Amino acid sequence: MTTPMLEAVNLSVQFGGLKAVDNVSFDVWPNEVFSLIGPNGAGKTTIFNLISALYRPSAGEVRFEGEVISRMPPYVVARHGIARTFQNIELFEHATVLQNLLVGRHCHRHTGWFQDLLFTGSVRRAELEFRRQVEEVIDFLDLQHYRDSMVVGLPYGVRKVVELGRALSMRPRLLLLDEPSSGLNTEETEDMGFWIEDIKHDLGITVIMVEHDMSLVSRVSDRVLALNQGEVLTLGTPQEVQAHPGVIEAYLGGVEE
Amino acid sequence: MHFLFKTRYEQDISLFRHNGQRFWYALLALALVAAPWLLSEYTLSQLSFIGIYSIVCLGLMLLAGYTGQVSLGHAGFLAMGAYTEAYLQANGWPFALSLPMSALVAGLTGVMIGLPALRVKGMYLSIATLAFGFILEEVVVRAEHITGGNSGMQIGKLIIGGIDFDDHVNFYYLVIGIAVTCVIGMLNLLRSPTGRAFVAIRDSEVSAQSMGINLAYYKTTAFAISAALAGISGALYAHKITFITPDQFGFLQSIELLMMVVIGGLGSIQGAIFGPSFWFFAQQLIVVGKDWLPSALGQQTGLQPTIFGIILIAIVLFEPMGLYGRWLKIRTFLQIFPFYRKGMFKRQKSYMKSERMK
Amino acid sequence: MLQLLQLIVSGAAIGCIYALIALGFVLIYKATETVNFAQGDLMMIGGFIGLSAMTLIGMPFWLAFLVTIAAMSLVGMGTERLVLRPLLGQPAFTVVMVTIGLGYLARGLVTMIPYWGTETHALPVPYKDEVIWIGGEPGSNDALVLSVEHLVIILATVALVALLFVFFRYTRLGIAMQATSQNQLAAFYMGIPVRRVNMMVWGLSAAICGVAGLLLAPITFIHANMGFIGLKAFPAAVVGGFGSIPGALVGGLVIGIVESLSGFYLPEGFKDVAAYVVVLIMLVVKPNGLFGDNLTKKV
Repeated sequence: MTTPMLEAVNLSVQFGGLKAVDNVSFDVWPNEVFSLIGPNGAGKTTIFNLISALYRPSAGEVRFEGEVISRMPPYVVARHGIARTFQNIELFEHATVLQNLLVGRHCHRHTGWFQDLLFTGSVRRAELEFRRQVEEVIDFLDLQHYRDSMVVGLPYGVRKVVELGRALSMRPRLLLLDEPSSGLNTEETEDMGFWIEDIKHDLGITVIMVEHDMSLVSRVSDRVLALNQGEVLTLGTPQEVQAHPGVIEAYLGGVEE
Repeated sequence: MHFLFKTRYEQDISLFRHNGQRFWYALLALALVAAPWLLSEYTLSQLSFIGIYSIVCLGLMLLAGYTGQVSLGHAGFLAMGAYTEAYLQANGWPFALSLPMSALVAGLTGVMIGLPALRVKGMYLSIATLAFGFILEEVVVRAEHITGGNSGMQIGKLIIGGIDFDDHVNFYYLVIGIAVTCVIGMLNLLRSPTGRAFVAIRDSEVSAQSMGINLAYYKTTAFAISAALAGISGALYAHKITFITPDQFGFLQSIELLMMVVIGGLGSIQGAIFGPSFWFFAQQLIVVGKDWLPSALGQQTGLQPTIFGIILIAIVLFEPMGLYGRWLKIRTFLQIFPFYRKGMFKRQKSYMKSERMK
Repeated sequence: MLQLLQLIVSGAAIGCIYALIALGFVLIYKATETVNFAQGDLMMIGGFIGLSAMTLIGMPFWLAFLVTIAAMSLVGMGTERLVLRPLLGQPAFTVVMVTIGLGYLARGLVTMIPYWGTETHALPVPYKDEVIWIGGEPGSNDALVLSVEHLVIILATVALVALLFVFFRYTRLGIAMQATSQNQLAAFYMGIPVRRVNMMVWGLSAAICGVAGLLLAPITFIHANMGFIGLKAFPAAVVGGFGSIPGALVGGLVIGIVESLSGFYLPEGFKDVAAYVVVLIMLVVKPNGLFGDNLTKKV
């Protein structure tokens, strides 16, 4: 493998006078789990928003498989095979779990609105195929019980899984997980860890993850990038990063000195 | 309670959930066909009006209830349909061509009005549609050589294939036929990827675009389809009323359409039909009830808006799902009698999602 | 040249009315994120209250003015408490729909009240139909003719805005209102009774609309559909930047003056839609308005 899956090159973004991300570069290789860690305000979610093109970088660029994606509209980026979840869960609340997952198949549709209006044979066949593919995700994440429930009535932990399922329904090549374990109890976090490992090994999907729970990070990550105030602190294996004095200082506020 | 054991994926995408449903809708269809023999000419004409308004409400429901784009200028699309139809009929176009043309003209206007939706959303969009509504009304007033301006426009007799459709029974069948076709089209749309994309945009624009949904394209499509339905409705309205003036398509009309949709039940196809049905039914009730009231109250022209205003506020406060929501509760109550609990449909306490940064 | 000046003055006068309604509307929006479509109808009610106070009870104009302000504050607070507060936390569209319903209801209800009814009424203000001649003899062509009604609107608006400035800057309630509209949660933690403050904001906003109604009455008469003029406050608010108080004032003036000029220089029909054309251009060119913040949702 000669080219990385995703390259961030000298990424910077500014909000007013605040440099949220300052000259950050990193590569993500196929089939690894790559974690971003750092205290609040370190710019982790901002980097996610840059990758999924919700924000435009003020300098630098993001390349996916060699192609610059940071100047495309977000929906085109998604169609390249990049799926994501959100820190505060952005599900389609007044739709069922099944419908949410089916939206994940959206970028694989071939019919237009006029065919949909008539519900032609090709629409029907595509719908059945989408449904079959989504059922695989439902099986994978054990969501059978919630299939026809409205998202609005579901507990937080289940929503988190549904959002993961929606991203997986896209059959992405790169999956961005924004704090997958936040708000989950120990048991649910444990499950999340297993799923992330399965996503990597069984589905062959590359994962970039923002996470605060260091035990989850060190359990599933291949490499970890530590950020502080928009700048890169260090990059390495989970053990190396955890032992890095700069990281300890950023988290504990200079107790070492 | 009816429990459904699903064995095939097809069951989830078919129009009817089970045979019971099929039976009731067949019965309804039969009733609609039989109506001219059972009802008076006046009642039948009211039913035609309900059909006409159901079509425009379907479109508004698609836009406001399913895509989350509130239009305060929907009467403008109605006007586009009505005047296109009137103009083309006057120029001797057959109805089979002039009706699609009315839909097309209104639909294209919809695309134009949908354009601000690409840049602005929420309240800003509503204000943009409001502004467009007023401008369209003024355009109709000023384009005197086509529309007759403020003095109005007479529309010719509707004859299709030698049959007189101004006859109230024939016209009723025509309206119901078109309305049912529109309902089926809408159901198709909503069970397909396009419909899901609309719902996705309504519930979360950010995640919709991260799922590969082109916001600009789908918002414009929603506006276009919604406006086209209003265009069809407008064309039928013109034939029904036979004389159209610009003030029939003013801001008040837009507001009333929105009220019908909300009273019917936002986010349900049934709501788009319940709304206008209730509206016309209540109007009749008020007319009848006036005779029973003391004349000081009964003769007031403000009686009807007052009552409808109160109903709307009451619905929003106590039954946010509208009449359709009320119907669901009654049905559930009957199905599971005597096990109904008070809190079964309790509204989820939710926190306001602030659109602000801070 | 004189004519232009005259057009600008009369435009500014109407603009002040738009500005006041927009102001009331922005106050509510900033505090509660509610877009109130009944703002114009509040103005209409204010007009009727003032009318009743003067012609039925026989109060002098200044007293009727004060009575209107007091009564409108109660109307505003009552509306908030009875209709808006139960909807706290509901989606924005639900709340908008309720305010639309309130406006619809108000227009119907007003016609059913004895004496108010469906007719148009003239408010017998002391300065009715008076004009001032500047720079020439009365009746000469080279003099600037200003209608006192217009001048009163402009001066009253300036006075009211000054009063509001003092109120927001120096009184406890005013500062509490500012705090609440900037950050409700923080204000709540600081011990500000947010709900009560929101009720007060509604009262204040309704009172401002009542004033607008009284000022406008000599020009347009008072009738049940008077509130539709309030719809032009939306363009005003958008042009100024939704949620900005100075923006609402400037926006109102801009809309008023553009309307007045297009009524004179452009073909018939443009005057009625000028406000809406301006707002559409603004939405396309600069959706955040002249003074607005950049609002994007955070994920």
